[in-house]
Amino acid sequence: MSGHSTYEPKTGLERWLDSRLPIIRFANDTIVTFPTPKNLNYWWTFGGVLSLMLGLQIVTGIILAMHYVPHVDYAFNSIQRIKRDVNYGWLIQGMHANGASMFFLAVYIHMFRNLYYGSYKAPREVLWILGCVIYLLMMATAFFGYVLPWGQMSFHGAVVITNLIGALPIIGPSITTWLWGGFAVDDPTLNRFFSLHYLLPFMIAGVVALHVWALHVPGNNNPTGVNVKSKEDTVPFHPYYTVKDGFAISVFLIMYAVFVFYLPDALGDAANYIQANPLQTPQHIVPEWYLLPFYAILRAVPNKLMGVLLMFGAIGTLFVLPWLDTSKVRSMRYRPTMRLYYFIFILACLVLGYCGAHAPDDMVIPGVAGPQFLDANLNSIVWLSRIAALFYFVYFWVITPLMGLTETPLPEPESISTPVLSHPASAPAGATASPEKRG
Amino acid sequence: MADTVAGASPDPHASGEDPNRRDFIHIAAGVAAVGLVGGLAWPFIDQMNPAGDTLALASIEVDISKVVEGQQIVVKWRGKPLFVRYRTAKEIEAAIKDDHADLRDPQTDESRHKPGKAQYLILIGVCTHLGCVPTFGGGDYGGWLCPCHGSVYDTSGRIRRGPAPLNLAVPDYSFLSDTKVKVG
Ligand code: HEM
Repeated sequence: MSGHSTYEPKTGLERWLDSRLPIIRFANDTIVTFPTPKNLNYWWTFGGVLSLMLGLQIVTGIILAMHYVPHVDYAFNSIQRIKRDVNYGWLIQGMHANGASMFFLAVYIHMFRNLYYGSYKAPREVLWILGCVIYLLMMATAFFGYVLPWGQMSFHGAVVITNLIGALPIIGPSITTWLWGGFAVDDPTLNRFFSLHYLLPFMIAGVVALHVWALHVPGNNNPTGVNVKSKEDTVPFHPYYTVKDGFAISVFLIMYAVFVFYLPDALGDAANYIQANPLQTPQHIVPEWYLLPFYAILRAVPNKLMGVLLMFGAIGTLFVLPWLDTSKVRSMRYRPTMRLYYFIFILACLVLGYCGAHAPDDMVIPGVAGPQFLDANLNSIVWLSRIAALFYFVYFWVITPLMGLTETPLPEPESISTPVLSHPASAPAGATASPEKRG
Repeated sequence: MADTVAGASPDPHASGEDPNRRDFIHIAAGVAAVGLVGGLAWPFIDQMNPAGDTLALASIEVDISKVVEGQQIVVKWRGKPLFVRYRTAKEIEAAIKDDHADLRDPQTDESRHKPGKAQYLILIGVCTHLGCVPTFGGGDYGGWLCPCHGSVYDTSGRIRRGPAPLNLAVPDYSFLSDTKVKVG
């Protein structure tokens, strides 16, 4: 791919293959000799976690599709049959359902890492945008997948989300009917959602290949945000990062296993254990946790079309982020003020998630009768979501461009190696003498 | 020697040939990875075997009072045709007569029905050649003829001519009463 290949075929067979399909060279250059900054921390291990999770979701999903029946009369029962009767179906279904949550957990960590270390900035804009495409595809996949068990939440979630499209003027209603293949969410809808749910993960896999390709051209960013300057700044991917990724993956899998084996239903919604009933909506419609912040933004706006536009705008903003950021410094290690806003931004995202899980009229502080302000009580989830949503957009569209122009960043190190070597506590001599005492 | 410089040596191969801590951790990690993949592989394979509810449906009860002498009924059992044939005295006689003929898969007629129930022949209606369903009454022996490749079965369901290697199989079954049979 890029010019750094150091692969030398050893056997005759390898030489023969290398001049026809240099696949071993390719694998060698990507995951063995690939020069990687030597200072990557554990936030850089989530790309590996994500790759594994994508693989697991595809494998367990293909298995589930062997037993699942995409028909309104059988879908719900076919999932129950998988859990009860199919050999190890409880395990495979549990891995797939909880795997989706783990996948999103990892992707959020991965994305927040990129925000913190400025990995979306030049020359990694395309890499970042491909990531945003993956994220969109992941959300679509998760939505289609959630409809398949045909429980109450599946059905009414599908109704609500497809009706979002209906907010578009003029063409909205016909698009909604086209999506449904009927007058409501029904058997044709379920069938096409199943088909798309099977398709999209493979599209994700395709975009991931481009994503990794786009990573290998500029190479990894690193916690200092400073470019790699010499060979001294890098180590080969194997064994250094195969082992580091392997360790992180093991810890991640343990947490995943705790959910699969001990809390298989903890992340699901009880209403989805009731078969879909188009004649009755559950008390309280909530999406899965990973979509809650966007749901909160949707509901924060009293106008249907505006709500939908803002919700998609929240994701769309990510695509243009590389051009909103005016700072020359990548890593927030050297941007103390921006770092403060960054942590408030994380808080705003968590608050939005919290709001998405509650009814708009719920009180934020129980028992305090707050004043009415415009259309709602100030002490209500609606106003809290409005404040958080406002911060979400202000962070990207105002703070990010302005800070880059006005802040005074701390001095960046000369190179990746300088802070390591100049820091007395981590000088090589100390490391050799008593590595265990350094905490 | 290896111990004193272990922390300082970045070269993974510097510690020589002796089994040491690095080898141990390599082997332990490898074993753990293989264990994990193997542990997952079995559930992923076994899920394709018949599920609990499929196995639970594996036996059926058949009311044989409706079968008329000289005819057969076909019921579905485990997704396959099951022949229940009410044989005439002539057909039984023909079957017994051939007990010691030159059979490809030698079996006496008696061993192919329940004691005292010679009139009822219960067979899996799947040709032992490649799985087609033989036609009732066809062929020179008055048993069955497979339309696919011409295997001929006699009135005991034994293979007499054609490519099939074995007699039509007799399933596990028992008479619950004179008119009711439990298969499987
Ligand atoms: C299926 C989902 C994904 C997979 C499998 C994946 C895979 C990877 C891998 C293996 C790396 C290199 C290792 C690392 O930095 O962790 C990486 C880096 C990166 N990813 Fe992703 N990724 C995914 C989703 C995303 C998303 C949703 C975004 C952003 C919206 C994104 C943006 C980036 C960026 C900017 C980098 C470069 C980081 C750096 O070099 O510092 N990725 N990705």
